[in-house]
Amino acid sequence: MILEEPLLCEQTVPGRQGYSLPEPGANLPPKEFLRQAAAKLPEVSEVDVVRHFVRLSQQNYSKDVGLFPLGSCTMKYNPKTTDAAAALTNFAQAHPMISEEEVQGNLELIYELQNYLAEIGGMDAVTCWPAAGSHGELTGMMMIRAFHASKGNPRKKVIIPDSAHGTNPASAAICRYEVVTVKSNQDGILNPADVKAVMDEETAALMITNPNTLGLFEKNIQEICEIVHKQGGLVYCDGANLNALLGIVQLGKEGVDVLHFNLHKTFSTPHGGGGPGAGPVGVKKKLEPFLPTPLIIKENGRFNLEMARPQSIGRMKAYFGNFGMLVRAYAYIRELGPAGLRRIAEMAVLNANYIRKGLEKTYHLPYPSPSLHECVFSDKLQKETGVKTLDIAKRLMDYGFHPPTIYFPLIVHGALMIEPTESEPKASLDQFIAAMKAIAKECEETPELVQTAPHKTFRGRLDEVKAARELKLRY
Amino acid sequence: MEFPDDLKYTKEHEWVKVLGDGLVAIGITDFAQDQLGDIVYLELPEEGETVEQGEPFGVVESVKAVSDIYAAVSGTVAEINDPLTETPENLNEDCYEEGWLIKVRLSNPKELDRLLTHAQYQAFIKEQEA
Repeated sequence: MILEEPLLCEQTVPGRQGYSLPEPGANLPPKEFLRQAAAKLPEVSEVDVVRHFVRLSQQNYSKDVGLFPLGSCTMKYNPKTTDAAAALTNFAQAHPMISEEEVQGNLELIYELQNYLAEIGGMDAVTCWPAAGSHGELTGMMMIRAFHASKGNPRKKVIIPDSAHGTNPASAAICRYEVVTVKSNQDGILNPADVKAVMDEETAALMITNPNTLGLFEKNIQEICEIVHKQGGLVYCDGANLNALLGIVQLGKEGVDVLHFNLHKTFSTPHGGGGPGAGPVGVKKKLEPFLPTPLIIKENGRFNLEMARPQSIGRMKAYFGNFGMLVRAYAYIRELGPAGLRRIAEMAVLNANYIRKGLEKTYHLPYPSPSLHECVFSDKLQKETGVKTLDIAKRLMDYGFHPPTIYFPLIVHGALMIEPTESEPKASLDQFIAAMKAIAKECEETPELVQTAPHKTFRGRLDEVKAARELKLRY
Repeated sequence: MEFPDDLKYTKEHEWVKVLGDGLVAIGITDFAQDQLGDIVYLELPEEGETVEQGEPFGVVESVKAVSDIYAAVSGTVAEINDPLTETPENLNEDCYEEGWLIKVRLSNPKELDRLLTHAQYQAFIKEQEA
């Protein structure tokens, strides 16, 4: 295996090329638009390019390689059938500016996906345009602001528990709300009384993540929603952890007014660098007038785009969202059906609890309450030997696993947040548990080995401090 | 972990040193710097700005997280530790002497009474670590 891989532009051999183009003929653009000098592209052959990217892919770690237990991210396997669906010519090649008449099938797919998501979340209407979870949050909070403004007062504050998803405070702040933090209780969930103490008529909404970032179900959600509603407020639920509730809990029925879905988490569309994401938002009836335009309206079996919505917050995304992701999510839902979706939640919870049980004697569990799709450990038992969470995470790479989410949620010191998802067979969970146990043993016997990990990866320990201080964004 | 006994503390892990003449210095505690890990960036207010007890006045960023720094007392910023913004890593080395963040001229000296004593803060840390 070759361990160093130069950039393609470093592999340039002047004059080398891997393609042949037809003669341009007479259809060239006007001369003033033509380049005067050749573009500075890498001069490489086809085999150079293929080897370059195959080598890079071999240095990469992905869900197609093994367990990817990033807590709160739901890194589940992306079935290849959904990629095949998205690659169908009429989906993949549809130009976003062709007329509604010519893309009736595509509009129907989005329309039906909206309905499926509405049913899954217990909401009345869904928009599929937001391009990410945080974009969904922004869309939701803009609708909440528009809702209150339409009643004469946009209100000033948004309540957010300290166990909420990390982007929530930013989304509220961008919508010009002051963030009021509520602490979760000793069991790791929200006390209705604590919400009541800060809820008033200047509070626009509560933003809650359920299950929360400790993997715990906010079991007082109904009572909390009632408290917020009583003062005229709305409840926003971050659907980042919806994987745990699929087919089991409809959050809308618990009292949630706005809910976003992460298609790239729960509905298996590619994630991270393989994205883009998609963050549809569901709302209750009272918020429908504020949905972003265009709306897809079904009339006499035809699907029309409607722009005339005077109270709408307007367009949130050019054209039709990240349409390829909508196709994948649609295919995934159709493939699994209601029973299959429910089975996902059951298996995700079972897998997380299998890891939790397997490691609870080895690593400290700061919140012993029963958890759902993920479990949060800390480095408390290992710290005495001088080994920290970061070291444990790095050492996991030597055992062939992607590290879990670390130092989040912030309410757990030295957090290790593990979410295996339903994709994992028992054998891979057993391997992961064995690796974590072996590392705990190393922490006692050879702490230095862990503190200087990883040792077997393409690159050793990266200097994160230098990376943060001397950020270089271009080659 | 060290917590000098001549300082006052907050539950947000800041310390206050009374300098006399209505002036105090504010910084973050050893516990705070240890929890944050390697500090890479520090944002402080301008001299002359007003700060309010319990409200954020600055930002500290480590390799783990970005956190607000809360004012332990209300008043006017009399002086900032400007060189520290160039070498924020020094906060990890010495958070009490070289690592002071701002000096504040108190607008309400009575607020000092609401701060935690050395013993109270130590008890609070024990509770946090339990």
